[in-house]
Amino acid sequence: MRIEDHPIINFKRGKPVTFYFDGQTIAAYEGETIAAALHAAGVRVLSYSHNRKRPRGFFCAIGNCSSCLMKVNGAYNVRICVTPVREGDRVEIQEGRGDIIAKA
Amino acid sequence: MLEKTGVPDSEQIKKITPPEERLKKGPVAVVECFQNIPCDPCQYACRQGAIEEFEDINDLPVIDHELCSGCGLCISECPGLAIFVIDATYSEEEGLVKMPYEYVPLPEKDEEVTGVDTEGRSVCGARVIRVQNTKALDRTPVITLAVPKQHLMRVRSFVRKGGE
Amino acid sequence: MLKPEIAIVGGGPAGLSAALSAVRQGAEVMLMDRDPALGGQLVKQTHMFFGSKKEYAAVRGIDIPGQLLAALEEEGADRFKPYTSTTVLGYYEDGVILADKEEQALLIEPQKVIVATGAAEKMLPFPGNDLPGVYGAGAVQTLMNVYGIKPGSRVLMVGAGNIGLIVSYQLMQAGVEVAAIIEGAPRIGGYLVHATKVRRAGIPILTSHTIKEAYGKESVEGALICNLDENWCAVPGSEQDMPVDVICLAVGLIPQTELLWQAGCEQKYIPELGGYVPRRNEKMQTSLPHIYVAGDVACIEEAGSAMVEGKIAGLFAAAELGYDEKVEERYKSYIHELEELRAGPTGAKIRQGLSRLNGGAEIC
Repeated sequence: MRIEDHPIINFKRGKPVTFYFDGQTIAAYEGETIAAALHAAGVRVLSYSHNRKRPRGFFCAIGNCSSCLMKVNGAYNVRICVTPVREGDRVEIQEGRGDIIAKA
Repeated sequence: MLEKTGVPDSEQIKKITPPEERLKKGPVAVVECFQNIPCDPCQYACRQGAIEEFEDINDLPVIDHELCSGCGLCISECPGLAIFVIDATYSEEEGLVKMPYEYVPLPEKDEEVTGVDTEGRSVCGARVIRVQNTKALDRTPVITLAVPKQHLMRVRSFVRKGGE
Repeated sequence: MLKPEIAIVGGGPAGLSAALSAVRQGAEVMLMDRDPALGGQLVKQTHMFFGSKKEYAAVRGIDIPGQLLAALEEEGADRFKPYTSTTVLGYYEDGVILADKEEQALLIEPQKVIVATGAAEKMLPFPGNDLPGVYGAGAVQTLMNVYGIKPGSRVLMVGAGNIGLIVSYQLMQAGVEVAAIIEGAPRIGGYLVHATKVRRAGIPILTSHTIKEAYGKESVEGALICNLDENWCAVPGSEQDMPVDVICLAVGLIPQTELLWQAGCEQKYIPELGGYVPRRNEKMQTSLPHIYVAGDVACIEEAGSAMVEGKIAGLFAAAELGYDEKVEERYKSYIHELEELRAGPTGAKIRQGLSRLNGGAEIC
């Protein structure tokens, strides 16, 4: 899903990193957000709604809408669309609204 | 109507088509810009001064066909990619259309392609004569296609054979 | 507590232009932006800009931040202090701004504030609009043009304003198929040259059409679109199935005026300008004299006018602090530029909106 050849932009990828989501090891590049990296790996469902468990993904991708909240390295409610991916990140679908008091 | 479809009608195209006598003399630019929007870089693009100076930034560009040499420098300067150069003198049967083309991969010289019109519909077979992609064009390559003369005012883009 | 002369919230075209203008007058500017790189939405605009040659016409949006930053470096490196990855969280009654810079709290007490926070995308209500794959146009641009990732393989674009048309073109450039552009109004709202570009690439533009619903199990698999009559009501039996994996919404922007609400600036609901916008005078000064505005937060328009408004706000924010060299002359040239940009038929909506905002008097 990554664009190799583009008429206007020459994409310079950062150094390769790997991170973990839902039991999978995913390859990404430094400089990408977690949302972009997941999307490139074909992951579009980022959470399920609280009551009816409807699948949800991101919407605005720039940190405005709160659609992309996930659990990252134990921290809840992380806006993954504005969070850069780091080597070894553990990204999980969040259950519920998240406990901001308890530490991971 | 252009406002509904995004496609100029034949009346609008006729208005900006240069007269026969001018077409017989050599390449000439045509500007397919029909809406008064605040936009004026084209007036600075022409070295021959063939694009008349704007009085108001919302003016439509007007080409002085006598001053225009058909060099095509203006093609990549138009943010709307609305300028083309046509040359009815290329050969007995064929004319040339120079157009902006901002996609990859770029076609190759001598490649056979399908010329399409303003609605993306196939018009005719076309041959790539030249591909210009210099730094000065700032990522708006200019492609020159040879097409049957009667289609000079119709072919505005192309599709590679075997899909796009 | 940081105490800059001028704090600018937002480093897009308006904010950067305001910074340059203020720094040129001699003022000290602290500019904050929540993104790691400055430029706001410019960083995604791969196409050539319109407007006047003076305001970067025929320059690609992606190249503009670099030019503005180079000018800032040249004309006031010692006076321009950018803070990136810095989100302004609030503006309090005591005139203090609270900002979050990578989990560190910053407290700022500026003498003047310029709010240039831009706009956010509107949502469209329809069944299935919460499915993964329903993305705002900004999201599609961010994926494609910032991260070089295809948003999907086949897109339905909702909205034929400038954003819908331009993003459809950019999708084609990224190698993504656009099934169609649908627009509820009976005519195309964006610049017609943009429309012509996408039509010759074979993308249909269907006016008087809307999306009825999106469907799919875990993500978008398709949409049902339908025709609208002259009362914007769905025409029964006109449903068409569009198998797509992305539905891109380009249905309008609203000014991000939260800080202005919190500060207590007077705002008025003006549909022509995009929604609630702050009342401001010809100096881009709000009802609170030390707060200025510029760009999409002041009214939804184009980057060209955002930059000129930024120049005006920066000029007067600095002038009010005593840095008033050539104020009259510079203001005159900026206002002339703005009037030019808004003089034509496409500027009519803005002129009308501004007239209503200012209670009837026609003001630019």
